[in-house]
Amino acid sequence: MDQVIFGAEVFLNGLMTGVMYSLVALGFVLIFKASGVFNYAQGVLALFAALTLVGIQDGQVPFAHLINAAFGTSLHHFGWTVPSILAIALTVLVMVLLAFLIEKLVLQHLVGQEPIILFMATIGLAYFLEGLGDVMWGADIKTLDVGLPQGISDGIETLTAGWFGYGFFIDRLDIWATVIAALLVAALVAFSQYTKQGRAMRAVADDHQAALSVGISLRFIWVMVWSIAGFVALVAGIMWGTKSGVQFSLSLIALKALPVLMLGGFTSIPGAIVGGLIIGVGEKMFEFLIGPMVGGATETWFAYVLALVFLVFRPQGLFGERIIERV
Amino acid sequence: MMQAHEGYVTDDGRQIGGTVMELKNITLRFGGVVAIKDISFDIRQGEIRAIIGPNGAGKSSMLNVISGFYNPQEGEVWFKGYRRGPMKPYQVARLGIARTFQNIALFDGMSVLDNIMTGRLNKMKAGFLSQAMWWGAAEREENENREAVEKIIDFLEIQNIRKTPVGRLPYGLKKRVELARALAAEPQLLLLDEPMAGMNVEEKEDMSRFILDVNDEFGTTICLIEHDMGVVMDLSDRVVVMDYGRKIGDGTPDQVRSNQDVIDAYLGVAHD
Repeated sequence: MDQVIFGAEVFLNGLMTGVMYSLVALGFVLIFKASGVFNYAQGVLALFAALTLVGIQDGQVPFAHLINAAFGTSLHHFGWTVPSILAIALTVLVMVLLAFLIEKLVLQHLVGQEPIILFMATIGLAYFLEGLGDVMWGADIKTLDVGLPQGISDGIETLTAGWFGYGFFIDRLDIWATVIAALLVAALVAFSQYTKQGRAMRAVADDHQAALSVGISLRFIWVMVWSIAGFVALVAGIMWGTKSGVQFSLSLIALKALPVLMLGGFTSIPGAIVGGLIIGVGEKMFEFLIGPMVGGATETWFAYVLALVFLVFRPQGLFGERIIERV
Repeated sequence: MMQAHEGYVTDDGRQIGGTVMELKNITLRFGGVVAIKDISFDIRQGEIRAIIGPNGAGKSSMLNVISGFYNPQEGEVWFKGYRRGPMKPYQVARLGIARTFQNIALFDGMSVLDNIMTGRLNKMKAGFLSQAMWWGAAEREENENREAVEKIIDFLEIQNIRKTPVGRLPYGLKKRVELARALAAEPQLLLLDEPMAGMNVEEKEDMSRFILDVNDEFGTTICLIEHDMGVVMDLSDRVVVMDYGRKIGDGTPDQVRSNQDVIDAYLGVAHD
């Protein structure tokens, strides 16, 4: 009986981790749907957003090392702190500006190129952004606190202790992350289904030529989509940053989004969510049930093996568009 | 300056107005290949104008010049009395020129209704923020647009498939949905790129009827490209004939039919 309850707790924790994966995967799906680009930089985008947020919040001088080295000054902080809400708003502005620059400096010059070329461009972008984040805000690990509740939820612990005689350990941050992710998805779905821009975005995702012929500006849509992806990255960055500190390994969570996408399908927003949850729960349960038999540490590879199995048997993922070849 | 052409009355008694679009000495090159060489013609208010010619004559290139997908190296494009500079296709669309494509360019993942609604994107004024904040205004606008779209759906007799994803439709119906989307923009000039290509006889007859009805009902000016000589001659008021990127004939179907250059181009002639 204890095992079952403990398993249930692992399951719940898996769901919460899955939400985090989903958040990153969501950014991938948005850009892939709208422009057919697999954006390798999505994880770095989350890192960059989190770094910028912390930087603005703490009143850090951007490019401080560069400025100090060039002018022999010793600037580090402006000496003020910015309230969370304002800092988040400013970071959103930075992400929109970044989207505009990415379109202007990179994508615009690669219109009509093969998807693999665009993919390579995003790899370049990922390394550039990682470097830029380093130069701008420094490479040290930072703590991020935007006022989200953290720590073990005592309420749930006492409640479940009363029910099962065993208190569940659930991080309050995870609960918030779940709520915020749900709101974000609902907002995105409403946006793409019911607004003019959302409809234009879906149109561009489907067929560029047709979109042009009904008067849609591809550039505007791309800037918009990258801005939204930047915003989603910011949300993901806040969650991960609050949980485990803003550090450069944050960009590696992008890799976990890959198996999530293979499971959910590259073109489906619900797929990104369900895929994230399956991976999250799957790897925790696998570690819990099978891990002890094979010496543990299965979390590092489980997601990828699951993705491999999907690639063999259902390459379009659970929710992806069926690949139909007319002959 | 654009010449103001007088209108005329067609054989079946329709009044054709003045010039809507005028192309002057258009030359289009792709590297060393000349796709269109020094072509001039005009399209007048309310008429059905056809561009015909053998394969590779430059018909599609001509349509792409009009719709802004290609910008010609030489020549002038005049629309509604104004000279048009080099433009992006979406800007041309916003001027009121809608088009269909030879190989059908629809949004396969979206329903028929949504596809046709995209045709009205430029009719929607409400921006994103106002849509988010004043649901009332945005909703009213959406309803108005829906009404206009429903009218077109009725008109083209596609009521029973409006919720179907376009990707699942047969070819002939896709062509019709594409026409519906173009019509939804209430265009001042409608460009049809081979509207009958790949259709069977019955589908061709349907499409011909719809083109005539659209012209009749909405007074839409139509410029179309077509391979099928018979269909073109029945449909159009005036015909431009192209061959090897040059214009070899221009006039009513009867005039074109009796033009020796046109006969040569279509039947082939021994050059010596």
